[in-house]
Amino acid sequence: MAQPIIEFKHVAKQYDDNVVLKSVDLEIEAGKFYTLLGPSGSGKTTILRLIAGFLEATSGDILFEGQKINDLPPEKRRVNTVFQNYALFPNMNVFENVAFGMSIKGKGKSEIKAKVTEMLGLVKLSGLEDREISELSGGQQQRVAIARALANDPEVLLLDEPLSALDYKLRKEMQYELREIQKRLGITFIFVTHDQEEALAMSDWIFVTNEGEIVQNGTPVDIYDAPINHFVADFIGESNILPGVMRKDYLVAFAGKEFENVDGGMRPNEQVEVVLRPEDLDLVSADEGKLIVTIDDQSFRGDYYEITAHDDDQNEWQIQATNPAIIGERRGLFFDPEDIHIMRLNESEEDFDARMEEYDDTEEEGTMNES
Amino acid sequence: MNHKNTLSYTIPYILWLGLFVIAPVILLIIQSFGNINGHFTLNNYVTYFSSGTYLRMTFNSIFFAFIVTAMTLLISYPMAYIMSRLKHAQFWLLLVILPTWVNLLLKAYAFIGLFSKTGTINEFLSLIGFAPHQMMFTNMSFLIVAAYIEIPFMIMPIFNSLVELDRSYINAARDLGATQWQTLVKVIFPLSTGGVKAGIQAVFIPTLSLFMITRLIGGNRVITLGTAIEEHFLVTQNWGMGSTIGVVLIVAMILTMMLTRDRKKKGGKHGK
Repeated sequence: MAQPIIEFKHVAKQYDDNVVLKSVDLEIEAGKFYTLLGPSGSGKTTILRLIAGFLEATSGDILFEGQKINDLPPEKRRVNTVFQNYALFPNMNVFENVAFGMSIKGKGKSEIKAKVTEMLGLVKLSGLEDREISELSGGQQQRVAIARALANDPEVLLLDEPLSALDYKLRKEMQYELREIQKRLGITFIFVTHDQEEALAMSDWIFVTNEGEIVQNGTPVDIYDAPINHFVADFIGESNILPGVMRKDYLVAFAGKEFENVDGGMRPNEQVEVVLRPEDLDLVSADEGKLIVTIDDQSFRGDYYEITAHDDDQNEWQIQATNPAIIGERRGLFFDPEDIHIMRLNESEEDFDARMEEYDDTEEEGTMNES
Repeated sequence: MNHKNTLSYTIPYILWLGLFVIAPVILLIIQSFGNINGHFTLNNYVTYFSSGTYLRMTFNSIFFAFIVTAMTLLISYPMAYIMSRLKHAQFWLLLVILPTWVNLLLKAYAFIGLFSKTGTINEFLSLIGFAPHQMMFTNMSFLIVAAYIEIPFMIMPIFNSLVELDRSYINAARDLGATQWQTLVKVIFPLSTGGVKAGIQAVFIPTLSLFMITRLIGGNRVITLGTAIEEHFLVTQNWGMGSTIGVVLIVAMILTMMLTRDRKKKGGKHGK
């Protein structure tokens, strides 16, 4: 494998007694779109600031192309940041903001002008060079911030929740455009967000953080289909999480019944958690279902109905269906063996990955059935 | 009903403003047009603008106020910058504010104790073999004491503007390749000019009319407009002339305020 462009080795960060990052290891390969995904306070922004150089690690090594950069000041690092509040200099106009990095480095006037024009073209703001920052909308400021960071030709672009202040439509548009820009320039993007939808839509690779640790990393599909634990399953997408018992390989018991599934490698009768995604569940007639549920409520979400129901053991179920249901009706619940995902309690990421390798390789292809 | 309520709340303030701000200014302006016997005349202004003495005095006042302001700014900006970066910033600010609670005259007398021929500094100088120096009643001593007194009023607004400065601007500048010094010059200083302007106003205007220090420390070698006003009102009893100088001072203050007010930058200024 090629040398990672950025590597963390047991990196920890604490303020006095407050540990914000516990021994994090990660590897970032050049040219990909990475996302650090987690709730606020999970340490994702701390990781970003350690890469940018605004924070110093309490222990551990941060490597850039194999070189230790722990003590390198931010201005010497070949990374640039798009800040959450954009941090555009209010005393300069758009041109001066985008040109800032280059004029600091003493580049020639014509070179600067050409680059600023190119960058503003890239973020679709051509012709706004003379605008003051206060005259721009939030979305435009966002674009200037991206242009300003990219104008320095960074190897890695860090984005600290850059879309969180934008409205829904604009956010969608920027997600698409950021992805386009990343593909066009071919540089590495590290994107921080707490929005799982954003992370799934944009990333090549996701690191899920929680309480100062990386709890899982993988492709969006891996993480969505095979969350490692309750936290990830709950944080990424909607899920039905039930306690269950793994009778033996490929046989799991939950909600008072036994079901065939595709997971294995656990002790017989091990206590586990069972995850079923709402969109993998189908409502069928009562005699065709694997479980019988009573419909409690439903709400219309535009492209689907979100239906809540309970089974005879009083487990709550969330179901996404294209057709409405009748409240109070008893219906059958149908799912395929591949739709059942098993999570062991307190399993480490290495053990989890090894087990997935061995037993679970059918799952990625198995979730394509529509409800 | 609401309107009436607001009105009744503002009455005390309107009365206050009327009695202690507007009325005195009007009286001052009226008196500046009166001669020693109280008759209307323009002579005070004619005298003021045709007399070399008054013009020199005006120039001196502005010149010394300018020097004092420049000195305090030079000392205060780095000091406020360092203070804003310290861990217990508010504690250090308190130490800066503390001396302003001491009476101005007391501080002036303390400096006499330091600067006089038998004062602490001269004693120290003679100890290491220098002859005693005349330090009292010099321009330098006046400048030092005036700057000392005004420094807290310069530090406070600058300190506040630096503390309020969003850290992400500094991070952004460093991120884009600026060294600490470049960040200070290109980002931090331009973004704290509001505090600098407020500091200049707070120092320059009062320094224009300083008068007790000029006598106690400067030995009346530096005669500022403040001193002239005091002389006219208390010694020569020429209230008309004193008022004229007062009006000139007010105009000078308004000019300073206008020069240092915040203006919105219009249009681009980069070379194309």
